[in-house]
Amino acid sequence: MTPQMTTWSFFADHRAEILGATLDHLALVVIAMTIAILIGVPLGMFIVQRPALRAIALGIASVFQTIPSLALFGFLIPIPFIGGIGKRTAIVALVLYALLPILRNTYVGLTGIDPAVLEAAEAMGMTRAQILFRVRFPLALAVILAGIRTATIITIGVATIAAAIGAGGLGTFIFRGVALVSDALILAGAIPAALLALLADFLLGLLERRLKVS
Amino acid sequence: MNTKPPLSPIKTIEFRDVSFHINVIPSRVIVSGISLEILHGETIVLLGRSGSGKTTLLRLMNGMLFPSEGKVLVQGRSTAAWDPIGLRRGMGYVIQDAGLFPHFTVAENVALIPTLENWDASRTAARIQEMLQLVGLDPREFAHRHPRELSGGQRQRVGVARALAADPPILLMDEPFGALDPVTRAELQREFSTLAHRLGKTIVLVTHDLREALLLASRIVLLEAGRIIASATPQEFLRLDHPEVRAFASSLAITPGAPA
Repeated sequence: MTPQMTTWSFFADHRAEILGATLDHLALVVIAMTIAILIGVPLGMFIVQRPALRAIALGIASVFQTIPSLALFGFLIPIPFIGGIGKRTAIVALVLYALLPILRNTYVGLTGIDPAVLEAAEAMGMTRAQILFRVRFPLALAVILAGIRTATIITIGVATIAAAIGAGGLGTFIFRGVALVSDALILAGAIPAALLALLADFLLGLLERRLKVS
Repeated sequence: MNTKPPLSPIKTIEFRDVSFHINVIPSRVIVSGISLEILHGETIVLLGRSGSGKTTLLRLMNGMLFPSEGKVLVQGRSTAAWDPIGLRRGMGYVIQDAGLFPHFTVAENVALIPTLENWDASRTAARIQEMLQLVGLDPREFAHRHPRELSGGQRQRVGVARALAADPPILLMDEPFGALDPVTRAELQREFSTLAHRLGKTIVLVTHDLREALLLASRIVLLEAGRIIASATPQEFLRLDHPEVRAFASSLAITPGAPA
């Protein structure tokens, strides 16, 4: 039997399991991304108004990006409340990874607006809140979404490693495959993860193009 | 179309010995010793080279800047005592490149202040029509376009329509025609000259184009290095004996017929 055959038959025999792991994986990503967006976007809006906090917030978010994912998962395990073995720890780590692209793009999007537009808005008597929500935010939306897109793809990849701390998802197959030296098992985790990433990239890219204002 | 009586007896805007400096060390003086009275219905042109402080004076009028010394009074009240939003809503503002909101249509741009002031929909819609016609744009053709689908001249027309939409008694213009090609610029200057007479508003316009100043101003205020060095009607202006006036006049003579 060729390796392809084994892989195919493995996929066919375990499709329910693979689908289940894919949904678990997706759930991790969706939960982590939702939290990261709920923190990153408002924080980005906040640091536009508070330049003093900008360097600190972006700096901390950058530091998390530089920690290797396996190490970050390891660091979190002993921390009370957010740590331990399982999904909760994995989600905390994924949020920390997703934060930088979202925060940075929110900030860049909100500050990268034609100064003439902002000057006109201010001089016409718009309040700061009106400028933020009616001018800056809509104009920054495409850039913010680009950050969310990057973060989503990172999260889908990093989430496979979350299986190492017992969070489930497609990484379970990959770790098991590595241990058993089984290509079929590794691919059963890797292929759906890659497809998820491509699909997310495509759909968010579509949305981003629709929101772009030239 | 605007026959409102003067809102304050005569002086719409008044500078009382105003200086503005930026607090860096050593502190940089941007304008100093400015005393100026702008009367209701006047079209004042602030003329000067780049960096002469023209735009600073404009920003001192609408509370985007406050004087370091002295006072700026708008309709008899110091800009420091005004609510900045209320102050600015009473002043239309037109800038170079128009500063239109790229995510809004032409109609939405013009409707900006009426929307923020919660006008009802039918009143706003009627106003959009009226304003676009006023600036020579057919509402049926332009109302639903976005700024990127307009030429520079058309954008600037929308900018003027937006500034006038809520019928502010004062109109501030910062090099409104500066980014246009010479032909379009001359066209808009001529049209605006007619429009300004019809509107009866108090207009303060900043430019470095003497030709524009002579065409539009009821009074030209010449600035040099942050100080007012002359204030005269266009007829008197060219007869003034001052090196900076001669410098501006010669810029006109070197390129006869050209607006720049």
